[in-house]
Amino acid sequence: MTGTIEATGTAARTVDVWKVYGSGEAQVIALRSVSVELGKGKFTAIMGPSGSGKSTLMHCLAGLDSVTRGEVFIGDTRLTGMNDKKLTELRRTKVGFIFQQFNLLPTLTAEENITLPLSIAGRKPDKAWFDTVIDTVGLRDRLKHRPTQLSGGQQQRVACARALVARPEVIFADEPTGNLDSKSGAEVLGFLRNSVREFGQTIVMVTHDPVAASYADRVIFLADGAVVSELFEPTADTVLDKLKNIEVNAPSLTKAEAQQ
Amino acid sequence: MIKATLKSLLARKLRLLLSGLAVVLAVTFISGSFVLTDTLGRSFDKLFETVYENTDIQVTTKPPIEGDAGFALPTSIRSEDIAKVKAVPGVEKATGQIAVNGARVIGRNNKLVPNTTGTRLGANWTGDDEVAKIRDGQAPTSDNEVMLNGQVAKDSGYKIGETVKVKTPADNLIHEFKVVGIVGNSGGRDSIGGEHIVFFTEKAAQEFLLGAPGTYSLIDVRAASGVPLATLQKDLRAALGDQYLVETGAELAKKNAAPLKQIFKFFNYVLLGFGVIALMVGIFLILNTFSIVVAQRTRELALMRAMGAGRGQMVGSVLTEAFIVGLIGSTLGLLAGVGLGALGAWGLAQTVDGLEVAGLAVPPAAIILAFAIGIPVTLIAALMPALKAAFIPPIAAMRDAATADRPLTWITISGAVVTLIGGTFLFLGLNGTGSGTTTLLLVLAGVLVLLVGSALLTPFLCRPVVSVIGRLFSWSVPGKLGRRNSSRNPRRTAITAAAVMIGIALVTGISTIVSSVEASATKAIDKQLAADLVISGEQTSEIPPTIDPADLSRIRNIDGVDRTVAVTYEFFAKAGDKDAFVLAYDDWAAARAVLHLEQESGNIGEIAPGQVVLDKNTAKDANLKVGDTVNLQLPKGAKQMQVVGITKESDVANGWTISMPDAQALFRSAAPISAYLTIDSGASAAAVKKAVDADLRNSPEVTVQTRDEFVDSQLFFFTFLIGAVQVLLMVAIAISVLGVINTLVLSVLERTRELGMLRAIGLRRSQTMRMITVESVVISLFGTLLGLGVGAGLGISVVKALKDQGFSTLAMPWGLMGAYLLAALVIGVGAAVIPAVRAARLNVLNAIAYE
Ligand SMILES: Nc1ncnc2c1ncn2[C@@H]1O[C@H](COP(=O)(O)OP(=O)(O)OP(=O)(O)O)[C@@H](O)[C@H]1O
Ligand SMILES: [Mg+2]
Repeated sequence: MTGTIEATGTAARTVDVWKVYGSGEAQVIALRSVSVELGKGKFTAIMGPSGSGKSTLMHCLAGLDSVTRGEVFIGDTRLTGMNDKKLTELRRTKVGFIFQQFNLLPTLTAEENITLPLSIAGRKPDKAWFDTVIDTVGLRDRLKHRPTQLSGGQQQRVACARALVARPEVIFADEPTGNLDSKSGAEVLGFLRNSVREFGQTIVMVTHDPVAASYADRVIFLADGAVVSELFEPTADTVLDKLKNIEVNAPSLTKAEAQQ
Repeated sequence: MIKATLKSLLARKLRLLLSGLAVVLAVTFISGSFVLTDTLGRSFDKLFETVYENTDIQVTTKPPIEGDAGFALPTSIRSEDIAKVKAVPGVEKATGQIAVNGARVIGRNNKLVPNTTGTRLGANWTGDDEVAKIRDGQAPTSDNEVMLNGQVAKDSGYKIGETVKVKTPADNLIHEFKVVGIVGNSGGRDSIGGEHIVFFTEKAAQEFLLGAPGTYSLIDVRAASGVPLATLQKDLRAALGDQYLVETGAELAKKNAAPLKQIFKFFNYVLLGFGVIALMVGIFLILNTFSIVVAQRTRELALMRAMGAGRGQMVGSVLTEAFIVGLIGSTLGLLAGVGLGALGAWGLAQTVDGLEVAGLAVPPAAIILAFAIGIPVTLIAALMPALKAAFIPPIAAMRDAATADRPLTWITISGAVVTLIGGTFLFLGLNGTGSGTTTLLLVLAGVLVLLVGSALLTPFLCRPVVSVIGRLFSWSVPGKLGRRNSSRNPRRTAITAAAVMIGIALVTGISTIVSSVEASATKAIDKQLAADLVISGEQTSEIPPTIDPADLSRIRNIDGVDRTVAVTYEFFAKAGDKDAFVLAYDDWAAARAVLHLEQESGNIGEIAPGQVVLDKNTAKDANLKVGDTVNLQLPKGAKQMQVVGITKESDVANGWTISMPDAQALFRSAAPISAYLTIDSGASAAAVKKAVDADLRNSPEVTVQTRDEFVDSQLFFFTFLIGAVQVLLMVAIAISVLGVINTLVLSVLERTRELGMLRAIGLRRSQTMRMITVESVVISLFGTLLGLGVGAGLGISVVKALKDQGFSTLAMPWGLMGAYLLAALVIGVGAAVIPAVRAARLNVLNAIAYE
């Protein structure tokens, strides 16, 4: 049945994904039977307590990590079982990344960093699209600068532009505002939301920050490796409420498991 | 603190192992050279101890001229001398014996039977003893009978009953003898050390070997039992007077072993040379490694500082690490050196037939030097990084590890100053008028200081040069990234490249000098030698190869031969108290024409008996001018000679030229040794050569060569030298490759997260590897280009400065230089393999999360 389902409006999805690290005493179940569908042209946030498996889920979705059980799709493409070469190819063409830190190559200028994924793939940037992206992130006068000459917020905006310029099917961002103050964070988040609204870009973002999550169209909550809840059209307050709820329940869940 | 140091040492085993390898290599070569000399020395000692095992005391007459030890001339002892010896109390037996070098056995192919040792003894047979016994047949009873030792029989294939041709030393002519016996040595050996011996009857030996009936070359003295040798030696000396040498068997063994040991000294110097190169390159490698280690540990060290560790403790910590690396490296190097030395001694012994290699032993000098060099060098190289560690501010613990580029001004200025100092040394050395040693020391110091100076300048040159080299690779994204990476940390790239530079610079410099010498010599011989054909042989012992006079007179009459000039020479000669090379031509006028000898001063038109003509350089060395007289000592006597003329300098005929009658009276033999032939215009050199070759039937030691062949054979040594230099390069390259690997492995480690990000956004494994390879190739090309530049500069300045000493032509070794550039590519690609594979294998997720 693989790939037979019409992927209507789904940019990426997981089907009954398990991820287990280690074995025996040291065994950690990072994801347990996670099935999520991430809508095309939507801004999805993944939240949950530390260690709940957010990063793991994102890595599996992005083809950076393999799953123990289950299947992962980007668009119609089944990632599960692909070899490194194919996965690299997929990352080149269909996926973009924004990391929390160390996002840019210090030897390249901002402009070169932005076009790097395209250069690696041997593609030429689309001039008009490039200009649009640059203007949206407001980096026109910083293009010739090296990363060390840019502020943290500007660096992260360069990273966003780099992810966008290749027009991937999905952009994954792991705590993109984790290292930024609230003002620069807001700039980056606003920019991400705009790119979803205006260009129909699909973005999946892991975050701890309820305010950041409120920029998203939908928030998925993880606890102990499982999807426990979700929210559409969130605000900072609704997200905070949900989180409190989960944190109260989570310990009991772990206890219950320990007793088994 | 010590504990923390040891822990960090263990944590970086691989890196320290790499830097330790440089120490290991250097120490290996240095201690290996000592073990080699020692082992070979003891092997030769043992060899001659065997030869003189049965000799109590030996009496010879003092040679008229003391040549090199072992090259002493045969001297003659008369029966009165034997009687005198017999009369000395304590002498049990005294026998006159004949043993002379130069009994040359001619093989069935009418050529000299080859012998690697150059020892072709003729002797009288004195009966079986513990060392030598008749193996087959019987002793010669008539004067036309001989016995051969096993080595001659083996090398020539002659058997009992056959006729053997021997060129004997007394008259330098070929005689025929009948083989009646074969002599073997104890232990079933054919010879003791590869020597050839022909045994004659006493009468034949006197006639053919000494040319003087009733004489001997030595007296073998047996001491009566209970008489101490030292006492007998003293008594014999007193009885015989100072015209005689009285030596014990032990003394003779030592004296005869000495020159052989000297010959193999050469290999010792080669190994020492390797050691020095390894050290020079190794210093950079160690410096680099420790800088890297310190850079990597910046946070850790800063944390220690923040917790109250003092600067001294920081320096101590790094130096302790260096000490341990030096200690381990020296120990391993010493062990490897013992192996290398023993192996080398064994290998060289194989070239000497029958030589037994002495057992393994480690001379104290090897041990002392291993540690006296290995440890301090490591400490010195680590000093700079240690000081750097001491100046890490505690605040660095809180900052990002990536420190901003420090300006290169200071290092560039000091580099320029050091380069200038080196250049001055070199200039003074090459142009100054100091003595030979001062000049040599100045030049060596100049070269060393210059190399250090240029190494200091490398960081400054790094950016521009690397960006130019990098252009070559910029067509692909990985190439571009690799190129950027290589100019990212100019200091590190520079030190790594400097290690490559040193090796390449040295070999380029030496190759430039050697090829210039070769070219100059070729040109000089070309210009000075008007001969079309040259007849000559190879000098393998103190007996020069000679041309049979009858052969020569036939050759004079060959159709197409225009002029023939024969030369004879004697190198057992002294002018005043200095060694001299004395020549005589059969036709001086023709010789002047064929050898283009021109007059510098006086009159070189004619040389009468009692007169001598010198070349300009020889005259200058001897401090003589026209009209002076000089005492020439030759084997058969001394004579006062008047300098009548001085020729311009010459590469083919330099020395003391005397008249033929004087030569016939004073040389060991005045038989022609070489001959220069010119041919009639229109005659074919090849055809005449063939005719000459056919006419050399009684001259098995010499061959005829065309002018070009002769020039090539004269320059054989240079070809060999250039080859040897390339081996030197291999050693240097091996070490600098370690440096490049070291730097790259570190870069990969430092940029783990960056590599993870690149892989995450789609850089393929193969592209990752290509990126690292380009970085590596850029570094090694950078080093090689610098090395070529510096080396060529050094070579050219030496050649230019020595213009008047015969370096007339500058010849750049373009082919070799091109090959070095190719080698740089190979170094680069080779060094990148391990780091590139490591980079490509990085787990993307771990890399991104890497701290
Ligand atoms: N390589 C690994 N080996 C073993 N366990 C791992 C590994 N990576 C993650 N884990 C475990 O898997 C679980 C989920 O980790 P994950 O990094 O996904 O959490 P997270 O939700 O991103 O947490 P945080 O908010 O702190 O980033 C954790 O319990 C973690 O300890
Ligand atoms: Mg996480």
